[in-house]
Amino acid sequence: MNPQLSRRRFIKAVIASSVAAASSSGIHSAIAQDKPRGAVERLISLNVNGQTRRVDVSPQETLAFTLRYKLGLTGTKIGCNRGECGACTVHIDGVTNYSCSTLTHSVRTRAVRTVEGLQAADGSLHPVQQAFIDELSPQCGFCTPGQIMSAVALLEENPRPTREEARHAMSGNLCRCGAYDHYLNGIMRASGQNS
Amino acid sequence: MSDYKLVGKNFTPPDITGKVTGKAKYAEDFRVDGMVFARMYTSPMAHARVINIDTSAAEAMPGVVGILTAADVPEVEAPNAAILTNTPAYIGDPILAVAAETEQIAEDAMAVIKVEMEPLPFVTDPLDSLLEGGADARVEGNVYSRSREGSGFRTVKWSRQQVEEFRAGKEPTGEFVNEWSYGDISKSMEEAELVIEENFVTTGYAHMSMEPRTAMAYWQNGTCYVHGSAQSQSFWMPGLARLLGIETKDLVLISENTGGGFGSKIGAYPVAALPGWFSKKINRPVQLRVTREQEYYMGSARVGFQGWIRMGFAADGRILGSDVFIIEDIGANATGGDASSAGGAISMVYNAGAMRFRGLPVLTNTTPRGAQRGPGQNQIAAVMAPIMDKAATKLGIDRVDIRKVNSTNNESVVYAERLPVTSAYMDEALSKGAAMFDWDTRRQRPKKNGSKVRGLGIGQGFHSAGATGFDGLVRITPDGKLHIHTGVGNLGTYSYASTSRAAAEVLKCDWDNCEIHRGNTEHNLPWNSYQAGSVTTFTHTRTNYVAAMDALRKMKAIAADTMGGSPEDYDIDGTRIFRMDNPAQGMSYGAIAARAIQLGGEYSGQTFPEDINEITQRSVQNLAGSGLVGVAKDNLPQEGVIPGLAVAFCEIELDLETGKYEILDYVGVAECGTVLFPAGLAQQMKGGAVWGMGMAALERHVYDPQNGLPANIGYHQCGIPTYLDVPSVTRTSAVDIADPQNPFGARGIGEPAMGCSVAALTSAISDALDGHIFGRTPVSPDMIVNHVTGHDQSFLPLQTNNF
Repeated sequence: MNPQLSRRRFIKAVIASSVAAASSSGIHSAIAQDKPRGAVERLISLNVNGQTRRVDVSPQETLAFTLRYKLGLTGTKIGCNRGECGACTVHIDGVTNYSCSTLTHSVRTRAVRTVEGLQAADGSLHPVQQAFIDELSPQCGFCTPGQIMSAVALLEENPRPTREEARHAMSGNLCRCGAYDHYLNGIMRASGQNS
Repeated sequence: MSDYKLVGKNFTPPDITGKVTGKAKYAEDFRVDGMVFARMYTSPMAHARVINIDTSAAEAMPGVVGILTAADVPEVEAPNAAILTNTPAYIGDPILAVAAETEQIAEDAMAVIKVEMEPLPFVTDPLDSLLEGGADARVEGNVYSRSREGSGFRTVKWSRQQVEEFRAGKEPTGEFVNEWSYGDISKSMEEAELVIEENFVTTGYAHMSMEPRTAMAYWQNGTCYVHGSAQSQSFWMPGLARLLGIETKDLVLISENTGGGFGSKIGAYPVAALPGWFSKKINRPVQLRVTREQEYYMGSARVGFQGWIRMGFAADGRILGSDVFIIEDIGANATGGDASSAGGAISMVYNAGAMRFRGLPVLTNTTPRGAQRGPGQNQIAAVMAPIMDKAATKLGIDRVDIRKVNSTNNESVVYAERLPVTSAYMDEALSKGAAMFDWDTRRQRPKKNGSKVRGLGIGQGFHSAGATGFDGLVRITPDGKLHIHTGVGNLGTYSYASTSRAAAEVLKCDWDNCEIHRGNTEHNLPWNSYQAGSVTTFTHTRTNYVAAMDALRKMKAIAADTMGGSPEDYDIDGTRIFRMDNPAQGMSYGAIAARAIQLGGEYSGQTFPEDINEITQRSVQNLAGSGLVGVAKDNLPQEGVIPGLAVAFCEIELDLETGKYEILDYVGVAECGTVLFPAGLAQQMKGGAVWGMGMAALERHVYDPQNGLPANIGYHQCGIPTYLDVPSVTRTSAVDIADPQNPFGARGIGEPAMGCSVAALTSAISDALDGHIFGRTPVSPDMIVNHVTGHDQSFLPLQTNNF
């Protein structure tokens, strides 16, 4: 947990980076623009969901790309690839980050947690996952992993948030189905408060 | 109602666990050996002709595997969308694609491709095209009308005076191409106590599904396998097969989860076929991932309106006549039809005594249009609500009461064809909403507090909500399990599951003993409707009902054949079929299934009804011999329009200094017959509410008229509602009166859930501003401030797609 990095500061940083990303196009907007041909890619160790994973990462590869396409962790979704929607939200040392706007090399010494890392060893669901089922929170489900990661981070920092606090904490995650009400119900249920 | 075992009860849809664990796979999550990545070169010009393409440098790049151009795919007659085109008609129209070992290489290859183009005139606002001397969006013309009698291009021009008079709010006198009417519109206006005339604009905006329209395809033994982002499942098959130039028997579509559609993925869209053609050409699996930016360029968007309406009211508030004229912004591919649907919605929701609809679908060089949640119905809902309020105020009638006077009921006849409705309880919905919202108390409260002013809004939504003639397919296996095969798509409404429960209800099965087969056409799916148009609930409770009834008939016949007596002597309890006069004598479902396999013939699917679709036929043939098969086409009687209705009440607090408002309270009431799945209904009503709030206040296309460039190509630029734009609690309920033309009384609701919301918001904004009607969506804060401070708006009247 990094108390210095408030969500607001984080979002500001992401907005700044997405302005830059918006000027180029496509999936690899944050990936090598001027990668020298034949450059040696680097084999690094990543701590993902408590496991050390060895992975070959190009210099300007995003964490979302590494997680999805090199580690097979496709629960992390790419909705915009420019730091707007939050479908790619993961935890880095317990703090929510847009993995589409995070360079993989920058998290080499840090602990990454994805939606695949939430279930207990016996396979039982995290309380937020169970609450989201009980409240029928997801609709299409594409934004759901990101919503869950934000909700889990919120409850780890503030175990009994008010609905208003939850609404603000979740505001970096978009849902086009408009399931916000049901997601908030899920968070209130997961925190042991009646929705 | 209460004796239903499953209908009206909540349950956990089987796919939801995958959504919360991240295991649910969407099109882009699939990868296969040898797969390469395609990227599209899209038009940088709003309207152009490709003169020459030079891909030699790209082809020489290491890692580039192939190039696909318009010459490699079927030619499509304008204005229909092609997979790839040499006559792009909007910025982002796909011209060619590159396949490479990595997406980066494909992207790099774009930089060295040379496409020589000749620019052509273009236009982004329909009125600019109509004006004499204005540009035509297509060389063939500026208007494209689709109708049963024949579709075709037209060139329609209005004089400057005609355009100016229209902008000034007068009845349009220019040429139009579509018209329908009923009753005597002139007489209705003459007899009216009050006549109101308004013009209006509803700006188009992007669907913005969270999942971009990715597709991946490969071929095996002559069969094309497509992983697509599909809103519908079975319904995609004929269209996608046609795009690929193959028959449906040679196509497999895998679409287990879809990250939203909202109308943009109802049928197979052209780029979904691009990987199939590419894979065929280069003999490698190909994945095409469409980026978020591309979604805004070449995804799809709501049709925009520029219109005029005249309404005549009797002294008691009854609408005697509605006369509406709508210019439709149908983009470059002439996908629309919203305007006539809007006319239909006026006929339905406001029960207008006489009506005339005139329409003019105008092409623009803007992003392709497509059906978007309540296409037409929801635009006009936003327009109508403040007009109803104005009439109520002028006639001295309560705003709820004027809607009640006109509310659709079981005796209503609607549309130009003067059709009956299956059932309708708008009055009951309004009463329920008013009670939940405490309308009578709230309307007495003071409105103004310093610079803050409160506004109350009432909205009504409608969409036809059902279809018939599709197939149902169920199966009981020797282990006693009920298998429900559904070809309904999965875009997040869970209606594939809630309608499957209809079969279990008929056969009295425990839900735990049922299995749904879906998401992959190799799972032997029946021919099912599009997952859109609010139709699924009505349509597929019926198909699953008829399939289950067919299974029940066969179970009884087998029981009689095996244990004696006649089929009528038997009943079921969910696990056994037994003699009613001697319940101890019976067989388990498993034993009946095993016996069906022994008997063969129609019992286990060796033979099947002739009227089922070929897609269902193939599924039955594949399943034959594996259990007792229930299969039937929905030939149940159906007459008249099947309405999905909804009402909303809301309260806003508007800041006159900033032009911004907070939504303090929102109540939505569904009128969709029997409630099938309460939690799912609440979710649709709340999600629809968010959509309406976005349309009312936030979402619109903006184009640079000088270059035809879309100026907003990101979520926040386009105004997608966030957690902070909508209330954290929305309240919903339902009338819950059974519709007689559905075996369980259910109708659909997805689209009216939004229409009532956008209407409640435009109504509340008008109420907060002493009845001022902007006649435009979205209503932005600067418009409110300009109005409050007496400044002109920053745009011309009726201007659209503008800054």
